[in-house]
Amino acid sequence: MNALAIKELLYKIADDQLIIGHRNSEWTGFGPLLEEDIAFSSMAQDKVGQSQALYTILHSMGEQDPDTIAFTRNAAQFHNCIFVELPNGEYDFSLIRHFLYDTAVAFRFEMLSASSFQPLAELSNKIRGELKYHTLHANTWVKQLGSATEESIARLQQSLVYAMPYALGMFEPSAFEQELIADGVFEGEAALREQWIKRIEAIIAQTSLRLPDLRTITAIQGGRVGKHSEHLQPLLDEMSEVFRIDPTAEW
Amino acid sequence: MYGGGNTFEGVKTDSIALEDPARLAEFEARIDRGEKIEPADWMPQLYRKQLIRMIEQHAHSEIIGALPEGTWITRAPGFKRKLALMAKVQDEVGHAQLLYSAAETLGKSREQMIQDLISGKSKYSNIFNYPAFTWADSCFISWLVDAGAIVNQLANAKGSYGPYCRALDRICAEESFHLKFGHHCVIYLATGTEKQRQMFQEAINRWWTPMMHFFGPADKISTHTEVLMKWKVKMSSNDDTRNQFLDMYVPKIWELGFTIPDPKLKKNAETGRWDYTEPDWEEFKRVINGDGPCNKERLEVRRIAEERGRWVREALRSPKAAYVTPLA
Repeated sequence: MNALAIKELLYKIADDQLIIGHRNSEWTGFGPLLEEDIAFSSMAQDKVGQSQALYTILHSMGEQDPDTIAFTRNAAQFHNCIFVELPNGEYDFSLIRHFLYDTAVAFRFEMLSASSFQPLAELSNKIRGELKYHTLHANTWVKQLGSATEESIARLQQSLVYAMPYALGMFEPSAFEQELIADGVFEGEAALREQWIKRIEAIIAQTSLRLPDLRTITAIQGGRVGKHSEHLQPLLDEMSEVFRIDPTAEW
Repeated sequence: MYGGGNTFEGVKTDSIALEDPARLAEFEARIDRGEKIEPADWMPQLYRKQLIRMIEQHAHSEIIGALPEGTWITRAPGFKRKLALMAKVQDEVGHAQLLYSAAETLGKSREQMIQDLISGKSKYSNIFNYPAFTWADSCFISWLVDAGAIVNQLANAKGSYGPYCRALDRICAEESFHLKFGHHCVIYLATGTEKQRQMFQEAINRWWTPMMHFFGPADKISTHTEVLMKWKVKMSSNDDTRNQFLDMYVPKIWELGFTIPDPKLKKNAETGRWDYTEPDWEEFKRVINGDGPCNKERLEVRRIAEERGRWVREALRSPKAAYVTPLA
């Protein structure tokens, strides 16, 4: 198996989870109702914890320790998709992103639980169980708000249209795509995208929302190769603010 | 944390005279016997009013208290701290949810309570009107403000109103983990670099006065609350809880090699109580009445969050909303 290909795969998944977890945690104290505040905090913990577990696998493959990986790299060294680094915006955007992202990531870990790379397969199996609740949460809310008032439907629809090019950027193929597939490490972005589309179509069909025509949308890519929006570096600066006071100190 | 649910304001006892004497006597006898009062039971108007005020203030303290600490979640140094702080602040918001529910059993809706918070009509713990400038400030809150709250809450958990006591029992169990987390963070600062030690010393210097204020005005200047003590609404005097806190935590702070900015602070061998400089109670009054460093910001954040979330709450009330089977 190609270690470089596996590392790249691990980095992008871990970075996705860390950055979306960070964004989710920004809802703490600001949710539209207490219960949602708590839900986003809870999902944030799962996601940040999952990124730590993925960085731990990388560490066992010779990379630096999880804290150093997460808290000292700059934006160009991050492999997350641009979608997860976008600011939270209003609750409608956060919810739509949560729905689109978690549907994809749940399938991703489902696929990876059958990976030929054993440490990742085992971890993915555990993560799948946690993500089940994230997708249940997202689906519940999209169904509720996507069918409720004129305002809630219009807001979700607008966010859906805005989010879609970024969401498609989640499936930006890796340079090692064919090797990963051939080695049985990961079924590949194209297969994931296909499953994802079917599921989101099925959920959206149960609401008053309309899915934009995906054939006419150009995916916003670049995140996987370190080309990010202007939003990532400030997020990382904030995340590492205390850590950077003295990176050799123990906190 | 966070809240004391302390009653610092004066109490008008006139309404007691209008209560049915036989029912009042039975109510007081029940409390004397150590029974809990439940939502459907008869209770004097003043008891209901005071409990709503107290539980509501406690709930507000939880959500407002989540703000100064919450801003450190995105900046916490390293995975261990980040994950623990997220979990801690999430607990606090969960406590608010429990407490609003307990207060609702007395007849005031959560919406109304939140409106009263935003309008400034109801109060919250004064200590959150001070800013958390550094990571060390957030560690001070996690360890010592939570410790102060536990002293209050353990006392209040022995009170007479069933739903509040049960909520407090659950809250105290979670708080004990917060305290461990906060203490652990502080130990790392205390045994770390010169810079880290200095950060925590500065935090103590900043937070000591608000911490002393936390337990409420000195007994000799506070309003009389005998009837609330008799009804087991207020469970101990402000000076008693302050003294208990000092007894438990001053030695721990000193043990870590930090100083406390009060030259008079020492345990009096004769009385067995702590001597200290009375904190500036005029400042306390000023801040609790709205003129502190962060009062406006805290309420503004809360107001904006409520405003931005209004469409979500309205959508949930829409009869067109598809019913989705609860998941858990």
